[in-house]
Amino acid sequence: MGDIVKQPGRLRSAPENFLSEEQVKAVGSGRRDFLRKSFLAAGAALAAPMAARAASAGDINILENPAWTTSLGLPVATNPYGMPSKYESQLLRRESPGLARVGGASVSFAPLQGLFGIITPSGLHFERHHQGWHDIDPSRHRLMVNGSDDSLLKKAKVYTLDELMRLPSVSRIHFIECGANTGLEWGNVAVPTVQYTHGMLSCSEFTGVPLKVLLEDCGVDYKKARYVLAEGADGSSMTRTIPMEMVESGEVFVAYGQNGEMLRPENGYPLRLVVPGVQGVSWVKWLRRIEVGDKPYATKDEAVHYIDLLPSGLHRQYSSIQEAKSVITTPSGGQTLLDKGFYNVSGLAWSGRGRIKQVDVSFDGGINWQTARLEGPIQNKALTRFNTNWVWDGSPAILQSRAMDETGFVQPTYGQLRKVRGTKSIYHNNAIQSWKVIESGEVSNVQVL
Amino acid sequence: MFRFSKPLFVFALFFGSTVAIAFENYQGVGRPATPAEVRAWDIDVRPDFKGLPKGSGNVERGNELFEEKCASCHGTFGESNEVFTPLAGGTTRDDIKTGNVKGLSSGELPQRTTFTKVATISTVFDYIQRAMPWTAPKSLKPDEVYAILAYLLNLQEIVAGDFVLSDKNIAEVQKLLPNRNGMTTDHGMWPGAPARRGGIGNGGKPDTANKACMKNCKPEVLIGSTLPDYARTAHGELADQNRSFGPVRGTRTLGPEAAKKAADAGTLDLATKSGCMACHGMKSKIVGPGYSEVIARYKDQTDAESRLIAKVKAGGQGVWGSIPMPPNGHLKDEDIKTLVQWILSGSK
Repeated sequence: MGDIVKQPGRLRSAPENFLSEEQVKAVGSGRRDFLRKSFLAAGAALAAPMAARAASAGDINILENPAWTTSLGLPVATNPYGMPSKYESQLLRRESPGLARVGGASVSFAPLQGLFGIITPSGLHFERHHQGWHDIDPSRHRLMVNGSDDSLLKKAKVYTLDELMRLPSVSRIHFIECGANTGLEWGNVAVPTVQYTHGMLSCSEFTGVPLKVLLEDCGVDYKKARYVLAEGADGSSMTRTIPMEMVESGEVFVAYGQNGEMLRPENGYPLRLVVPGVQGVSWVKWLRRIEVGDKPYATKDEAVHYIDLLPSGLHRQYSSIQEAKSVITTPSGGQTLLDKGFYNVSGLAWSGRGRIKQVDVSFDGGINWQTARLEGPIQNKALTRFNTNWVWDGSPAILQSRAMDETGFVQPTYGQLRKVRGTKSIYHNNAIQSWKVIESGEVSNVQVL
Repeated sequence: MFRFSKPLFVFALFFGSTVAIAFENYQGVGRPATPAEVRAWDIDVRPDFKGLPKGSGNVERGNELFEEKCASCHGTFGESNEVFTPLAGGTTRDDIKTGNVKGLSSGELPQRTTFTKVATISTVFDYIQRAMPWTAPKSLKPDEVYAILAYLLNLQEIVAGDFVLSDKNIAEVQKLLPNRNGMTTDHGMWPGAPARRGGIGNGGKPDTANKACMKNCKPEVLIGSTLPDYARTAHGELADQNRSFGPVRGTRTLGPEAAKKAADAGTLDLATKSGCMACHGMKSKIVGPGYSEVIARYKDQTDAESRLIAKVKAGGQGVWGSIPMPPNGHLKDEDIKTLVQWILSGSK
């Protein structure tokens, strides 16, 4: 095929890497006069080896063994807690400028544009704190279970981590999505990349004790106690009302584990509630108290925030379940395709109502669709990875994905969603996301009605 | 027993996991909570006022407390949008009569405040008691919470200036909340029975009904919105937010010069948003000293940076006159450091 000739052109050198460390330091100290020369040199450097390589017997990286092939590597446990490669410094959780004024009541978004599969690395899990985060001493953490009324629960109890970790445990993979994910985009396109449009989304394997085990240990009366209040141990002592139906099903659990280790402090160490399929605000972090009650609680985050304004002027209250949604993560906004030809288009789909049944992808803005491959196992209320083949011919395209869950519900278009909810709802935006590709290969965020 | 919906039921059968772990006797796990422990933590207040502590407070006392503990973030009249969204404003006397804030549907409301949204007065009491003030949550006594809430109600023109709010009359105030009839639970996003059968949702029925059409689904593609130019660069250098290899590259949105300029503009923006520029000018005094005056005073001190960081954090009084600078505990340490370095470098 003669592809060796094409290789150097395909592997575009990142332009930021042509400066040496000394030159970078010189720029820092104010000497910039050589920059112009460097740019010219870089241009020549790109062109020269290409010609040289084409004329030579092959790729220099093959013909001449690199240092890592001809020297001794580092010993075990050099990094007792392993970290990503030094070449992986770009994918970080980031704030969206101007979204919040104080870091203690803000959001950091997960870099979905570079993640694979369905598990979010714990260090890249999105963050949402209401009054800052703490690293809580597990030996001093307590979980109290009580009733709003003595008739709802036989005995109020206190559990330590020592005790909770003796109880029968479950490990399950679930997605967690903030109710406000994609909230910036209700009215119009506002942010450039999938990190900021959809990054309040993560998926982990959580380990813990079903809440029903604890409630039954305390002698709950399910007939009377139809609501659960979950409360955090942080300054905000965040509270949310949880439906008892979900607790009785066995799906809601009190988690201490995340992806094989303890929860990260930013994600609620040492204890958080897992409420599969429900928006993240209900997964109360640093969980310190569970109260069973006969009425919902109208807490601040279900009576002032996390309420969805409708065109009628009414707010939807206690909207909790995250409906079916999907997004293409590669390629996505803020990325540029390297060349024409084959691409594996990849994305994520999820539903708070169960398993994903089908994901369809369109390359023409939703006129025609093709069914994507779902990567298994396809799990209940977990992210599902989808992939599909695409040969880009260099002409403009609009990429979309559309999820269907096991209830048969199909992810809506922006037009359909706005028709019933207007543009000011902030929460629960599950509209079909569109990415426009132009001739240069640049991909950007657009909204198709 | 089988209250849950069909999909959940099928799930339980399929995995059998919830059945297998049922066990009668978790001996030695957990202990009874003492009454004092339950009292210490069970501080929630429900819409029917279950959990409301006894006490009272008047508007005047609330005004003093608000000025002292709340105004630095929320503004003296709860109007500030600098740190958090505004607490007060946006409702009319007519709203108090109807219980529906008209501005929410008419589009006349520039921004929703707490009182344009909240339908339950218990929510505000509960939240102030559990989470305020921002840097010292749970430090307010019940009487102080009543007083602050009385002041907020007065700002909203719900109660008169001589009003005393208490556990005895809070239910009467509930009947005057401007948006008390403004909530609906007629949606499919809460599980269980619909409202007509004792639940609080519509029984799980979605409000959109898209179809999985596959071919020639519409005559044309209507673009509703594209990324504005300012938004393309507002999130920094996108090239640096993607892997440097693989099928795609991050699009280069800023050059090195633009990145530096954005960082400087960002710091001025940070100073503005942090509330610094309300009292400090670049060159001269507004309420506090101008930044060039600060440089003049501190330029020969080697520990200027650490001293100023401490001052910004803790507040201070006396160096520049009698008007105190409030503590800024709500700012992140790294932001304070950025601001101080920017001020000392000439705040360009």
